Amino acid sequence: MTNEDALTIPVNPAEWRLPSRRKMAVACLIVTESAMFTIFVVAYLFYLGKSLIGPYPAQVLETPIISTICLLGSSLTIVLAERALRQEHRGGFHFWWMVTIFLAAVFLGATASEWQRLITVHHLTISTNLFGTTFYSLVGLHASHVVVGLTLLGLVLVLSMRGHVKKVHQEHVEMISWYWHFVDAVWIVVFTVVYVIGR
Amino acid sequence: MAFQEIALPQTPGTTASITERLHELVVTVDHKKLGLMYIGTALIFLIVSGSMAGVIRLQLAVPNNDLVSPQVFNRLFTMHGTAMVFLVGMPIIAGLMNYLVPLMIGARDMAFPRLNAFGYWMFLFGGLLLYFSYLAAPGLSGHGSAPDVGWFAYAPLTGRAFSRGHSTDYWILALLVSGIGSIVSAINVIVTTVSLRCKGMTLMRMPLFVWLMLVVSGMILIALPPLTAAQIMLLLDRFLGARFFDTQAGGSAVLWQHFFWIFGHPEVYILMIPGFACVSEIIPVFSRKPMFGYPLMVAATVMIGSISMSVWAHHMFTVGMTSVGNTFFAVSTMLVGIPTGIKIFNWLGTMYGGKIRFELPMIFCLGFLFQFLIAGLTGVMLAVAPFNWQLSDSYFVVAHFHYVLIGGLLFTIFAAIYYWYPKAFGRMLDKKLGLWHFWLFFIGFHLTFDPQHIAGILGMPRRIYTYDAGRGWEIYNLLSSIGAIFQAAGLLCLVANLLLSLRKGKPAGDDPWDAWTLEWATTSPPPEYNFETLPEVRSRRPLWDLKHPEDPDWKYE
Amino acid sequence: MTPRLLKRLGSLWPGRKSTLPLALATGMLTCTVYAGAPDQVTNIFKPLSTPAESVYQAALLTLAVCAVIFLIVGGLLTYTTIRFRRRAADDGLEPPQIYGSNQIELAWTVLPVLIVFVLILVTARTIADVQNQPAPPDSLKVTVVGHQWWWEIRYPELGIVTANEVHVPASDAAKRKLTFLRLESADVAHSFWVPQLAGKTDLIPNRVNMMWIEPKQAGTYLGNCAEYCGTQHARMLLRVIAHEPDDFARWAAAQQQNGVEDAQVKAGRQVFFSTSCVNCHAVSGTAAKGRFGPDLTHLMSRDTLGSGVVPNTPEKLRAWVRDPQTIKEGALMPNMQLSDKELDQLVAYLLTLK
Repeated sequence: MTNEDALTIPVNPAEWRLPSRRKMAVACLIVTESAMFTIFVVAYLFYLGKSLIGPYPAQVLETPIISTICLLGSSLTIVLAERALRQEHRGGFHFWWMVTIFLAAVFLGATASEWQRLITVHHLTISTNLFGTTFYSLVGLHASHVVVGLTLLGLVLVLSMRGHVKKVHQEHVEMISWYWHFVDAVWIVVFTVVYVIGR
Repeated sequence: MAFQEIALPQTPGTTASITERLHELVVTVDHKKLGLMYIGTALIFLIVSGSMAGVIRLQLAVPNNDLVSPQVFNRLFTMHGTAMVFLVGMPIIAGLMNYLVPLMIGARDMAFPRLNAFGYWMFLFGGLLLYFSYLAAPGLSGHGSAPDVGWFAYAPLTGRAFSRGHSTDYWILALLVSGIGSIVSAINVIVTTVSLRCKGMTLMRMPLFVWLMLVVSGMILIALPPLTAAQIMLLLDRFLGARFFDTQAGGSAVLWQHFFWIFGHPEVYILMIPGFACVSEIIPVFSRKPMFGYPLMVAATVMIGSISMSVWAHHMFTVGMTSVGNTFFAVSTMLVGIPTGIKIFNWLGTMYGGKIRFELPMIFCLGFLFQFLIAGLTGVMLAVAPFNWQLSDSYFVVAHFHYVLIGGLLFTIFAAIYYWYPKAFGRMLDKKLGLWHFWLFFIGFHLTFDPQHIAGILGMPRRIYTYDAGRGWEIYNLLSSIGAIFQAAGLLCLVANLLLSLRKGKPAGDDPWDAWTLEWATTSPPPEYNFETLPEVRSRRPLWDLKHPEDPDWKYE
Repeated sequence: MTPRLLKRLGSLWPGRKSTLPLALATGMLTCTVYAGAPDQVTNIFKPLSTPAESVYQAALLTLAVCAVIFLIVGGLLTYTTIRFRRRAADDGLEPPQIYGSNQIELAWTVLPVLIVFVLILVTARTIADVQNQPAPPDSLKVTVVGHQWWWEIRYPELGIVTANEVHVPASDAAKRKLTFLRLESADVAHSFWVPQLAGKTDLIPNRVNMMWIEPKQAGTYLGNCAEYCGTQHARMLLRVIAHEPDDFARWAAAQQQNGVEDAQVKAGRQVFFSTSCVNCHAVSGTAAKGRFGPDLTHLMSRDTLGSGVVPNTPEKLRAWVRDPQTIKEGALMPNMQLSDKELDQLVAYLLTLK
């Protein structure tokens, strides 16, 4: 008996199907996180062009093409990993899962390197001006979500290496991939706002 | 009866020691215990924060009073407002949701019981953190104590330059932590409602209480993050020198107001709609009729939930928005009043043609209806932006929102307590003591808040620690302060009733009120697993169908 | 609405506790017909300036609509509660179970929409009247800068800087004289509220807000800061003093003079300039150019000290200079730790700054 069955009086599942608890919960989480990101995006857009002193976005920002490709690519590889799990190819699952982790790590590394350049070369910090404030907070908020995602991905990898992740956990893994897709979707928005509109 | 022997003891028995009972509370994931813990903790914060209000009223009873210094007064009203909204209002709602939703939909517990427990403890620790500021905020420099920036903490008063020491930091951190409890409860309620309804209970057959809590939870999901975001921004300003609200660096003080009220306005509906939820269960039972216009009630609530996201700047009519901006928000605010008014009519329609029983839950509901009508009308006055330019930031607004939150929400909470206490504890509350509670509190409430409307009309601003004689405010403040004594007396009666009835109350039985929703289909208190058997759900009132097999609801709905 | 009609309406109400506010409110409304000079009791229903009057008209209509709704719905509530209560001789049967009525529910949806529509029209009109008033070329321009916890008042076209009192000419039906206020803040958010002159408008740092007033009567209009701004928000009081036109011209001319140089108080002036007074305060025509605190050039021309906290008398002035914290705890002017002799000299000097 799965957990769902134990909670309600047993009924014929075909007659009374309600949405999966896990999916509802992650959907709610995504909604609430989107609301929070929206406010940071609004603040970014509101303060565009309002910094009293430089450095200004056009002067210092370089479009992060590689890291964007990596992050968006990791959305693809995680889907491939899920498919492998559904088909019970443990090796395939591990491979694509590790590629996902690797791509995420590349993204974070590129972000770190960009920040290092901005701080040491251009002297842009969170307290320099409004651009610095909104840039580091928005990109940083997103990066922190990538870190959380990376942690979850790593956890699943460790569990899987020990043989605890099976096909029956397909939905659990799918929930992590939902979160991961959300993080990627947020990056698309952040990328557009910061590197396209903002310059 | 057989299942009572199977059930684990819920009411304090003679066998469990204090340590065992406390341990049970610390480790529990049972939605009923957690619900009661939420409500109990909230009531304690109510007494603490209410006492602060008592001191405020003592200070303001006469002009040029020096009972407390301006600094102490400013902390008092900040802590009072912050605690009442976040440590009383939100947790009482979380408690009601967590206790009742699974019972009303025929589920065994919430969807995520451990998450539920996590939320409660976050709320408690957040609340303690807020009060801890009295001790710790002075820090090494001696600056700072409890927060004193008002419960909506406008920038740049909250910046490092104007708010020294750590008082504001405690305000931010305490709310961030206890806010986790709210978001967690909201996610839990949504998932439970969507995914754990018992067989036959379609969305349009759920008790209206559950529907309204679902809408509230959706609002929490969307409205709380703006506050979280703004508070993170403020934290970055204060600790890392960010410039979000630093006006010297080009930052905007008005931006804080926008972000805060994008949270703040839906928040007051988040606080009030659960009151509507309780009333929507109680009025039908004590009028002996089903809810009049259930589908319209659902639609109206969804409309309130959505329109309320677009009215926030009616708290900002005086910041100097353009005439277009002011007009837009005046319009949206008046529009949101329409579904709210409709609900009053539907409750009246429920009572009309019924056989009204004047038990305590219903008596408090009658007080609610009368007072919420007035509160809604003063809200309409405040929606008219030009009128708002005079009334805003005055005691008229203070009167309005206390009318909504005390005359409205608190009265419905009282009604809910008298209605569901028998279910939770198996004992009825004493009616005579309850009537003392009602009348003392009713008189006190009106004595305190009716005159405040006039003080506002006569130009008395809010958040002032004292005032000069000769401005015409003295009599209204004195009356207002006297009312506080009556309210305190009324609350004492309630507390006494709650405690005494635990042992001495009349045994309630499963269904003392002859009601119709699923929570009355199990014992009082319910066993840990909630239901041994569930009645078939073919309509909105499954117990009515059971009691009236010749005239069931599902023939007419 | 005549007083007689109001009285009859009042008596229709049964003797419930809620009569008191209603009676008082109607009393207030009655009084407005006979509004006279500006009052210590700053009633928003006694407007004495055009924008306040526009607001008042909108407010009256809103109040009337709300009163009617209250009477109808409250009446229905009362009626329903009484008529449909369970009687002692009840037959124990359930009443007819009515689930709803589409027609009724439609009606009570449409009706509020219509009421709201009317209110929206009135609201939009009043907003436009007040906010979109253009500044006539002969209007007086005043800049008000909010500080914690006092008001800096500047007349850019007249070259006047003062504090805590806004002097303006009263307006006349024949020759209207409007005053436009430019609102700024030096620190946190404040709000300018003189109820009998206009609705309030906030003073927000890094933002300029405009408002206008048109006092119809000469006199002193009281007001308060209406946005919580810290410790002494309660004591950040406001005075707008409307003069007859000649009187205003005289006041302005006096204010435009430099600070009085009286040889008899040379010792006091010495104290003023050698202590750090000049870091915060200005006296025009001298080296004192501090902007953090109020301009003291014509200190003795003002009614009060500390922005309305105490009357401006020699005793109070002495007490204030000795230790402002005893009069306005938390004020940003510190105790300068002056000796009694220095204090006497300094106060004697300040008393000459008329």
